[in-house]
Amino acid sequence: MAGVLVVAEHLRGQVRPVTLELVTAAKDVGGPVTVLVIAKDPSALTGQVDVAGVDEIVTVAVEAEEFENDVYQAALEAVIAERQPDAVLLGFTVNSMDFAPAVATKLGLGYASDVFAVSPEGGSLVAQRSYYGAKVNAELEFPGKDCVMLLLRPTSWAPAEGSGSANVTELAAPAVESHARHVDFEEVPQGDVDITTAEFLLSIGRGVGEKDAIGQFEELADRMGATLSVSRPIVDAGWMTNARQVGQSGKTVKPKVYLALGISGAVQHLAGMKTAGTIIAVNTDPEAAIFNVAHYGAVADLFEVADELEK
Amino acid sequence: MKIVVCAKQVAMLGDEVEFTDDGRSVDPDYLDFALNEWDTFATEEALQIRERLGGEGEVVVVTAGDDNAEEAMRRCLAMGADRGLRISIDEIADRDPISIARALAQVIEKEQPDLVFCGVQSADSVQATTGVALAELLGLPRVAVVRKLDYDHDAKKACVSRELEGGLIDVVEVDTPAVLTIQTGINEPRYATLRAIKQAEQKEIDVVEAGDLGEPAASMRRMFVPAKGEGAEMLNGSPEAVAQRIAEIVKERLA
Ligand SMILES: Cc1cc2nc3c(=O)[nH]c(=O)nc-3n(C[C@H](O)[C@H](O)[C@H](O)COP(=O)(O)OP(=O)(O)OC[C@H]3O[C@@H](n4cnc5c(N)ncnc54)[C@H](O)[C@@H]3O)c2cc1C
Ligand SMILES: Nc1ncnc2c1ncn2[C@@H]1O[C@H](COP(=O)(O)O)[C@@H](O)[C@H]1O
Repeated sequence: MAGVLVVAEHLRGQVRPVTLELVTAAKDVGGPVTVLVIAKDPSALTGQVDVAGVDEIVTVAVEAEEFENDVYQAALEAVIAERQPDAVLLGFTVNSMDFAPAVATKLGLGYASDVFAVSPEGGSLVAQRSYYGAKVNAELEFPGKDCVMLLLRPTSWAPAEGSGSANVTELAAPAVESHARHVDFEEVPQGDVDITTAEFLLSIGRGVGEKDAIGQFEELADRMGATLSVSRPIVDAGWMTNARQVGQSGKTVKPKVYLALGISGAVQHLAGMKTAGTIIAVNTDPEAAIFNVAHYGAVADLFEVADELEK
Repeated sequence: MKIVVCAKQVAMLGDEVEFTDDGRSVDPDYLDFALNEWDTFATEEALQIRERLGGEGEVVVVTAGDDNAEEAMRRCLAMGADRGLRISIDEIADRDPISIARALAQVIEKEQPDLVFCGVQSADSVQATTGVALAELLGLPRVAVVRKLDYDHDAKKACVSRELEGGLIDVVEVDTPAVLTIQTGINEPRYATLRAIKQAEQKEIDVVEAGDLGEPAASMRRMFVPAKGEGAEMLNGSPEAVAQRIAEIVKERLA
């Protein structure tokens, strides 16, 4: 085919938003855009990916009810072999992490993950990703690669819109034995608070240092009329329940004000809060990535600032 | 019973940076080093499984890196891992994760482990790739982003919880031997006592030369400091002045 193969991601009958972002990104790569839907019943999903800019939809009907890495790997490898795309785009998501690197390794593809910009240059691709807590960016090239697989950072491209009229082609599913079988989903427990509806979140991260410090911020949140939220390490340490976790594996929030104390701004944290109305960040590290999304920043010790806020 | 833990020495930048002359990497003088956070959880999980199985078996730590990277491995040995294996590669920061996986696979294959643990990602380069690439090279089943693990050694199976976006749990049954990438929060990594740190000095670390790493999956063109976009408006002055401005901004925005 040459052109771009976009791998749709879906969960329990819904195509995930990142898929439509990949369609937009595919235009940055260039060439016809084919969306691949691997599912038990692809016909229930093809309508959701038939947006403007999609030239063709390829489906592979598999036996597995839900995502299973061996099944997706075999299906994607078969489609790449059949279509010979120049580029394969997936979301940088937990499911992609479970099978995409295996496909790239097996087929010897060019490969990069957590990519947030891509451009064609003289017949080949240049991808951008970041290093060292997003303090440094880099451009990667893929010399000698006929096909490049890129895992793209969610919310880096606008979702494609407008209805399309792509042809649907059905391809056969390769036979495969699944060594990692889906058993069940477990829902996230409801929790004692709903941070997604709060107008003002006071959010603390690993910078608070120790468990004993938490009480101080509960009181400060009360006093300021804020709801307390946290970054993942606070939940991992068992200091707070995950109902209060902001980020990719926690909640996506959009309060009017997000006051971040001692949070570095890792990409998975930003995924949950970067669209907040006003972001204020306090961090001792002047180069912390949180300042790239903040509207107001202070390079300061969070305890000193917190002590003053209490007054 | 044998568990291999892949541990990476990760690099951290402070608030200053200079690049090497070719512009393709950060001058190491500006970097600090530590054991990758995810790999402490992977090491702890391996140690706990061994304890649950009555202390039988071996926990082997493998790293690809220069001799400086042995420091990270010593941390794992101080936690209780038995021995270390270092694949000697300079400038791991210049390598793509699939090439690193090839280096790891060459030595892990010979170990014939029952389980291989990697971290979900390395903090400095956020590839989230090495573990699943390694599984492919070893021809083993794998599961990425494991937040809970129930290993049945006799049945050669494990029941694991994968943590998806939004915290939804995907419960998966996986055949073993397998490669699992371990997510933070799966356990509470132990602290190494001073005595254990001393003892770890005596533990054996084998060094092997890397074999052929194959064609790289990507090559670095240049590194650069990202242009500051709009950027944040910085609040300067004493903590008191900063706090006062924050209180004002909050009040204004909530009005
Ligand atoms: C699949 C996956 C999903 C994830 N999901 C999430 C998620 O949902 N939410 C999430 O938050 N993370 C998530 N993470 C983890 C994420 O990658 C980071 O590890 C995490 O966000 C870091 O949290 P932090 O900023 O609190 O800690 P750190 O990165 O350690 O940052 C602490 C910050 O505090 C500053 N600091 C220290 N002391 C002080 C002081 N006295 N005053 C002021 N500042 C100080 C430091 O300069 C530093 O910037 C996920 C990771 C993976 C792989
Ligand atoms: N140089 C290395 N040596 C040993 N293990 C590594 C190395 N690089 C990556 N890993 C392993 O792969 C995991 C994920 O890293 P990455 O794919 O680089 O994000 C790490 O947590 C380690 O377990």
